[in-house]
Amino acid sequence: MKFSEQWLREWVNPANDTQALMDQITMAGLEVDGFEPVAGKFSGIVVGEVVSVAPHPDADKLRVCQVSDGKQTVQVVCGAPNVRDGLKVPFAVVGAVLPGDFRIKKAKLRGQSSEGMLCSEAELGLSESHDGLMELPGDAPVGQELGEFLKLNDVAIDVDLTPNRSDCLSIKGIAREVGALNSLVFEGPEIGPVEAAHSEVPEIIVKAPKGCPRYLGRILRNVDLTVESPLWMQEKLRRSGIRSIDAAVDVTNYVMLELGQPLHAFDRYEIDGGIVVRMANPGEKLVLLDGQEVELTGDTLVIADHAKPIAIAGVMGGEHSGVSEKTRDLILEAAYFDPITLAGKARHYGLHTDASHRFERGVDYELARDAMERATALLMSIVGGEPGAIVEVVSKQHLPEDRTVDLREKRVADVLGLEINRTTLEEILTRLGLHIDKLLKDGWRVHVPSFRPDISIEEDLIEEIGRIYGYNNLPVTEPTGALGLRAQEEAIRPVSAIQNYFVACGYQEAITYSFVDPKVQGLIDPEREGIALANPISSDLSVMRTSLWSGLLKTVAYNQNRQQPRIRLFETGLRFVKEGDRIDQQPMLAGVVVGNQLPENWANGRRNADFFDVKGELESLFRLLGIEVRFLPGQHPALHPGQTAELMRAGEHVGWLGTLHPQVQKKLELNGTILMFELFLNSIVSGYVPNFKDISKFPEVRRDLAIIIGSDVGFADVERVAKKHAGGYLTALRAFDVYEGESLGEGNRSLALSLFWQHPERTLNEEEVHSLFNGVIEALREELGATLRS
Amino acid sequence: MENLDQLVQDGLAAVESADSLQALDQIRVEYLGKKGVITQQAKTLGKLSAEERPAAGQKINEAKGQVEEAINARRTDLERAAIEQKLASESIDVTLPGRGQELGGLHPVTRTLQRIEQFFSRAGYTVEQGPEIEDDYHNFEALNIPGHHPARAMHDTFYFNPGTLLRTHTSPVQIRTMEDGKPPFRMICPGRVYRCDSDMTHTPMFHQVEGLLVEKNVSFADLKSTVEEFLRVFFERDLEVRFRPSYFPFTEPSAEVDIEWGREEDGSIKWLEVMGCGMVHPKVFEHCGIDAEEYRGFAFGLGVERLAMLRYGVNDLRMFFENDLRFLRQFR
Repeated sequence: MKFSEQWLREWVNPANDTQALMDQITMAGLEVDGFEPVAGKFSGIVVGEVVSVAPHPDADKLRVCQVSDGKQTVQVVCGAPNVRDGLKVPFAVVGAVLPGDFRIKKAKLRGQSSEGMLCSEAELGLSESHDGLMELPGDAPVGQELGEFLKLNDVAIDVDLTPNRSDCLSIKGIAREVGALNSLVFEGPEIGPVEAAHSEVPEIIVKAPKGCPRYLGRILRNVDLTVESPLWMQEKLRRSGIRSIDAAVDVTNYVMLELGQPLHAFDRYEIDGGIVVRMANPGEKLVLLDGQEVELTGDTLVIADHAKPIAIAGVMGGEHSGVSEKTRDLILEAAYFDPITLAGKARHYGLHTDASHRFERGVDYELARDAMERATALLMSIVGGEPGAIVEVVSKQHLPEDRTVDLREKRVADVLGLEINRTTLEEILTRLGLHIDKLLKDGWRVHVPSFRPDISIEEDLIEEIGRIYGYNNLPVTEPTGALGLRAQEEAIRPVSAIQNYFVACGYQEAITYSFVDPKVQGLIDPEREGIALANPISSDLSVMRTSLWSGLLKTVAYNQNRQQPRIRLFETGLRFVKEGDRIDQQPMLAGVVVGNQLPENWANGRRNADFFDVKGELESLFRLLGIEVRFLPGQHPALHPGQTAELMRAGEHVGWLGTLHPQVQKKLELNGTILMFELFLNSIVSGYVPNFKDISKFPEVRRDLAIIIGSDVGFADVERVAKKHAGGYLTALRAFDVYEGESLGEGNRSLALSLFWQHPERTLNEEEVHSLFNGVIEALREELGATLRS
Repeated sequence: MENLDQLVQDGLAAVESADSLQALDQIRVEYLGKKGVITQQAKTLGKLSAEERPAAGQKINEAKGQVEEAINARRTDLERAAIEQKLASESIDVTLPGRGQELGGLHPVTRTLQRIEQFFSRAGYTVEQGPEIEDDYHNFEALNIPGHHPARAMHDTFYFNPGTLLRTHTSPVQIRTMEDGKPPFRMICPGRVYRCDSDMTHTPMFHQVEGLLVEKNVSFADLKSTVEEFLRVFFERDLEVRFRPSYFPFTEPSAEVDIEWGREEDGSIKWLEVMGCGMVHPKVFEHCGIDAEEYRGFAFGLGVERLAMLRYGVNDLRMFFENDLRFLRQFR
């Protein structure tokens, strides 16, 4: 809501300056979004009068005018089409300074001397309008400073109102607030009934009383709409951000700004029969005032005549029934439309109007008659005409209920933390127009006025008290409460521990969008359909991710395109998977690695990260979390078929580790060998609480062996067989060398193993160890076809 | 015995000129060993009378001591020189960079979230999580935002179908926590939220932290202290905080919170909006089965990226989700 400070001060005039006034209303919840002077900065502009106009001897489009500034008459050359004898205009005399620091000097235009300049609105920073000279009224006093004449010492204040404060969408509403804040009475123009001058009344039938509980109409005959609205009205509208159209539209807009009631004027002779307020018939068409044709839906409330819709109720009128210069008789409309019925309708038709903005938020349901009388009186003072009586159709049962709300003194203290003086409290309520109906034993019964649809419970009243008293004047206290300790499971590691671990391993955390490109996701998780947004922001952010890899790989591409060859990223967050009718939202941990395993320097060399680098990092993570995870050969559509491990914990699938499939990599235009992992967070965070065992005092025995074995036999199998036959005192088994070479024969490799034994209570003797060691060798030979390497 | 003095002089000269530990050891054997020339002097004692013997014996011992002392001193010198030489040959360029992994870093949003979580955990708040694909009820209805409410238009919601959406704020987590538990509550709900809006100052996804405290006896005054203290510990500055009346459907009274952020030309405080807050609306309690006469609560919500931008001086919101390594590395 944009308004003129001067206009507000006509209603209520506190003794504070513009800045203080703006601060004050901001701190009362009417947030000032901005403000601007209502005119550009200029000096030396006076009301001038064009005394005579003669053609320019050497230029078709220029005219040579004699202009009076009240003291003398000078010659001015002017090119504006609307310059004419007797016209009063803003006149920049020699020495004047226009906005933009443009100084007026004596000049010669095509040989004719020119002393000064006649101005348009745009040249004065009043509007964008370049349509010729600004025309001042005939009674404007020649020679008066223009700023003084137009009262331009004014500021347009823009208030960003919250949707609950529809009552402040008018000068009257803001004046009420300012009055309450400054303990002042606010006063507007006197509004009284306009006496009927004839007996013609419009026929009004309301078929949709729920949507339109109140509708008022009046006929105004024999108006002259060729008469422009007065400058003072145009100025107030302009300063409120509304362009002057014609007197009828200007007056309806003016009253809407002044009182908050949107109004509409129809051309009586374009209405077939009478006015019918009804729901639209689906498919009905209507050309609106902005020239757009809309097809109406059945849930749209319309104003119609006997043949057709003539307006979308509370949103915009139709072009056909709109007023024009030729209009002789008007039908004025003032109504209360139900906010719920109107909710979202303007938006549905791609519209947002001053009227819809107000009706959707709730207009004062008792305001229509006053607004109608005010508009009638203003119109008659401009365009003349004979008013008829007002016809009012009301459905009491559909109007908002007249409400009272009980307010308890103790509740005010409890909620605000403030013991407030009773008199102060009563005064705040009263100044806001909230009448105290009755004093109760523990408080007040408050009558809620029709202009405050937002107040319906005790807390609403408490907010009003806090607001006017000033939030910053309320006390500040520390909350108190029970100081009990909370349990925290030791076996469960917080996600932050995992994040910190990856940071220590050289990973940079990324946060990527939860919605991804379906094309990328289709390459990574082709078997699953992502959950699609109905209204995505763009096609590359249109489906929910089923894997964190989509976003991470996009991040790899982004960084590779910016000369970052070494990338190590991880992310935690939800993935979204459809399981039948259910949507699973599972917390995941994922990472991607490409480029050198270590930052390149004199000591680290430049070896690319490979599968076992990342596997090692995951193994350490699992030790940190206190869990045992096995890496088994697996297949995943996004991963290299020979470099994919499925991660299993106690028989449960917990994730994947592998190298990005070269074909997927090519399609995503990525460089280098890309290692990726993704784990179900919930499956790995829960480990164990340590349980101490005695440390053996006896020596540990180590035996090494090297075997030749088929390359298709996994180390995991070797380990499993060896452990089975190594007895109960085996403490560790390690592979310390893996070798593949021609000398071993096609399809073979050599594995070198160390086995460690230790007994908790005695020294193991040579024979025991020897027999266990031989047993392991024998089992490897028998079960896996291994031979000892000589 | 003149001979003995000469032997000592010779011995000392030999020690002086020994240039290695081996040479020194040879000298020791030569002079002081079993067959050493000074040791051999003891044999001459038998030729002396019993009266003369003690004095002569003492002289020989003194001579031995003199040479031995010189040998020891020389040995210490030679050893020190040897160590020094070894150390000199072992020195390295300690200014070369170290070997191994380089540290990564947390995303600035996570870093900010962790700080916020720490502040509130210490004050007894729990950290709660909830789904990001939400139903209309928890995201809107239960928070006193019915279907026709104008506040819905401000939310720019992503929908999957008319009843299912991406949460537009983390407030539904409050509802779920209150539905599942019993008051009192002290919690924060951090997480991702989504709005269908993307331009210079909006990303379609961002992070919020919502806080809720429900007790039998809590007031707006308690809310004020909590919010003020949070902002001061977050920015580590004793900054001015002000509360401005505002409107949220799920709180009443409601306030927007501004902090002091520099000065205007005329010296007045430049205010910057950073948070919203208020007392829990009785309708919200009603939806969660909590008696609003018995319990009261306050709630607050803040945008994590906005706070991170202010804290770290980031000037473009969109950088948070581009994940440019040159950006991310600045926060480790």
